Amino acid sequence: MNINLTLIAQAVAFAVFIWFTVKFVWPPLLRAIEQRQSQIADGLAAAEKGRQSLEVSSKQAEAAIAEARARAQEIIAQAEKRGSQLIDEAKNAAREESGREKAAAKAEIDQEVSRAREALRDQVAALAIAGAEKILRKEINAQAHADLLAQLKKEI
Amino acid sequence: MSSEAALTPTEYIQHHLSFLAKPVGGGGSFWTLHVDSVVTAAILGVISIGLLWWVVRGATAGVPTKRQAFVELMFGFVDDQVKGIFHGKRDFVTPTALTVFVWVLLMNAMDFLPVDIVAKILGWVGIHEWRMVPTADVNTTFALALSVWLLMIFFSIKVKGLGGFIHELFCSPFGSNPLLWPANFLFNLVEYISKPLSHSLRLYGNMYAGEIIFLLLWLWAATGLVGTVFGAILGVGWAIFHILIVALQAYIFMMLTIVYISMAHESH
Repeated sequence: MNINLTLIAQAVAFAVFIWFTVKFVWPPLLRAIEQRQSQIADGLAAAEKGRQSLEVSSKQAEAAIAEARARAQEIIAQAEKRGSQLIDEAKNAAREESGREKAAAKAEIDQEVSRAREALRDQVAALAIAGAEKILRKEINAQAHADLLAQLKKEI
Repeated sequence: MSSEAALTPTEYIQHHLSFLAKPVGGGGSFWTLHVDSVVTAAILGVISIGLLWWVVRGATAGVPTKRQAFVELMFGFVDDQVKGIFHGKRDFVTPTALTVFVWVLLMNAMDFLPVDIVAKILGWVGIHEWRMVPTADVNTTFALALSVWLLMIFFSIKVKGLGGFIHELFCSPFGSNPLLWPANFLFNLVEYISKPLSHSLRLYGNMYAGEIIFLLLWLWAATGLVGTVFGAILGVGWAIFHILIVALQAYIFMMLTIVYISMAHESH
């Protein structure tokens, strides 16, 4: 256990090794480790950001879908309304048309009837005159009794 | 022991415990150099730190290779220890602690090399005295501890200023009353002396004892068949147990280094 020059030699060696480690071994590794740490942190932050934006966009998509659904519902309701409206209109138009046609037919019929009645009346009057002529051949003069005959015609 | 069957046990142990000492300048007993300790320590330091440097030079921030992951794991381990004790910028303390840990671990691990085979191989190239374990040389451990001690004083003065350092020397831990100055100073003196002593002697003692126990077992192994069998079995057992001591002592030495340097940063 004798202390000698070895002590100084070893101390010098120790100092050199410390210097070398501090200067050349430690910095590059520390740099690599720190760089990796920051990369990992960046990656985690990016993942978190991505997750958040996914959440936001999925919410947006949900809202868009809901809106589209509502809009479709609205369009369907409108179309249904329009459809029933069209049907009603068509019904009304048909009803009007048929009423008009009915009225026209009725008027025609009325006309025909009255025409027939007129004709009938004429014929009856002629018949009555003919009958009366036959019965009253002698004394009844058609021209003399025209007033009477016209009155009779009106009463038929 | 087989190669030195003619030696007595005392001679055998003395042989294995003698340094390859070279006198330098011839100025007295201090001026000798334990070439074995210095060379082994330097080779191990160059190997370990050089390996780290080689791996770290190609360090990438991307997916690390297995080598880089291993080095990072080691750095992380040391850095975690430092983080737990030292609160400040760690770009000097952690590399220092890492150097201490790696270097001391390797120097301690030299205990596992079979002394007689190494001695035999070195004997072929004409070297007859070689202590393989630099940390079993009190010079080495004391050099490390003294370096740490100097760092401690350096940081103490750097952080608190020379005035603060001297103030602390006289005014802590008991108080700044002038009557207490001698007591404080004495207390601090004892502390400053005991720190490097305990720091270095703990490691030295453990490693030296480990070496001695191995030598005793190998002595026993040379005493015939039974001794060889039991010596081998116990040698294996001690080697396995010694793994724990080697790693633990390196760890303790590193921890104390961190603790001492971080204590220097704190004012009382």
